[in-house]
Amino acid sequence: MKNVHRLIIWSLLALFAAFFLLPFYVMLATSLKDMSEIRGGSLLSLPAGLNFAAWGKAWSTACTGTDCGGLQPYFWNSMTMIIPAVLISTTLGALNGYVLTKWRFKGSELFFSLMLFGVFMPLQVVLLPMSQVLGWIGLSDSVWGLVCVHVLMGLASTTLFFRNYYLGLPDELVKAAMLDGAGFFRIFWRIVLPLSTPILVVTVIWQFTNIWNDFLFGVVFSGADSKPITVGLNNLANTSSSVKEYNVDMAAAMIAALPTLFVYVVAGKYFVRGLTAGAVKG
Amino acid sequence: MASPSAAARLDHWLPRIVLAPSFILSFLFIYGLIAWNGYLSVSASRLLPNYEFVGFQQYATLFANERWMVALKNLAIFSTLFIGFSMAVGLLLAILLDQKIRVEGVLRTVYLYPMALSFIVTGTAWKWILNPGLGLEHLMHQWGFENFTFDWLVNPDYAIYTVVIAGVWQSAGFVMALFLAGLRGIDDSIIKAAQIDGATLPQVYWRIIIPSMRPVFFSTLMVLAHIAIKSFDLVMALTAGGPGFATDVPATFMYTHAFTRGQIGLGAASATVMLATVAAIVVPYLYSELRSQRR
Repeated sequence: MKNVHRLIIWSLLALFAAFFLLPFYVMLATSLKDMSEIRGGSLLSLPAGLNFAAWGKAWSTACTGTDCGGLQPYFWNSMTMIIPAVLISTTLGALNGYVLTKWRFKGSELFFSLMLFGVFMPLQVVLLPMSQVLGWIGLSDSVWGLVCVHVLMGLASTTLFFRNYYLGLPDELVKAAMLDGAGFFRIFWRIVLPLSTPILVVTVIWQFTNIWNDFLFGVVFSGADSKPITVGLNNLANTSSSVKEYNVDMAAAMIAALPTLFVYVVAGKYFVRGLTAGAVKG
Repeated sequence: MASPSAAARLDHWLPRIVLAPSFILSFLFIYGLIAWNGYLSVSASRLLPNYEFVGFQQYATLFANERWMVALKNLAIFSTLFIGFSMAVGLLLAILLDQKIRVEGVLRTVYLYPMALSFIVTGTAWKWILNPGLGLEHLMHQWGFENFTFDWLVNPDYAIYTVVIAGVWQSAGFVMALFLAGLRGIDDSIIKAAQIDGATLPQVYWRIIIPSMRPVFFSTLMVLAHIAIKSFDLVMALTAGGPGFATDVPATFMYTHAFTRGQIGLGAASATVMLATVAAIVVPYLYSELRSQRR
């Protein structure tokens, strides 16, 4: 009886594992085939060999709409955008969280409640006015415009992460340092920051994944030379050419997925902590 | 050297000064832009913003628009099925993994990795798998099921269900992680006591464990509803709202009208309706969360 139970549990778990893994397998296998193999073979068949031709094409010569430079420029756009956006939003979030927990003042809680709504707000509601504002300050259609938008819209989450983490640091640490004559920034730098490594990792990973995977801001606010990778991939996969090259599409999807997958594999624990912390707000 | 009183005064003001930029920017860019968008939605704006006040005319146009009604219907179908299936699969996986599985860590990683992908990647992959030409249908034919047809992706009546499939694939592992954390948070002694009283394992789950996870259910529901209302990328990558506008959802409707069809007023009105929907769900939730925290 017990063995039957175990068997059922195991087969269900295996079945779901297959359901989750198959699309990835199909993506990878298809990206390593050529078109004749795809037409002749089946969805699940193994590729004949390690043929990276489709990857090369997706990276440097595939057409996304009218230009045919592959995903390469989009990839670098995403990279140049993501580094300042993650750094700035994480730094501000850490400082905000520090003030909101260790230097509370009248009105700071209200500020936090108002900001929390920014985590949930449907972003559609800021798109139209934001594109006007970006036009005024001369940042529309640029990578820096995207950096600004991602910092502004990520601030609520990063502040939330740090605030919830710093709530768990004993206030006595700060009080004792104050008695010793340490000031605001010194306490932050010498005492709070060295204790923040886990939440820093969580926040950086969270912001990196979110910004890398963003499509909405990318498609609305970027110009011809500043489109991020998700927009590039979408254009590539939806370019209607006479022959649909599924292998190139899949290689492009893999290229767009690799950075975040890499982070997930290397630091999965922190990624999951960010997900659950983001879900159980407040 | 500053005198002690000057240093103390600095420490009094410094927290406010540090918080000020974030406060001002968030306030301007969240509430300021919401108000601005609200004003656009009662203006005569079309291709360019035009601040002539026209009352609720844009909303009247919106709700008389067939495409918008299709988008609302799709959102209802999608969110019901997406939330339902994600919760069911996530709960099942969490309970299965809770049975002292040796390779739990590996399986968790497998179930959760789609969450690290962009919806655009997910959409592109599923578009290839579900395409009637060389995808799943082709595979089933090769396996001898000659009459198998699976054309949901290009069938206007069924295309929205392909969005559900891809959405559940992406999010079920996330639900599992939340539920698993909830299951692990339950006091073992209650379960042991029930088992001594002769309760079977399914009874323990159904009567004791699941009811005590109500807060986790609630916050999961919130997050999923939120993902559903905001869903834009997945639809764009998988079906681009098509065939025709059969899989339009409010988010794609808003994008299309505001940014490619030059209907700014109408787009702003649809965004406001989305905001109102989210606010109706989220504000009571946030309020209760913040209150319970203060207690």
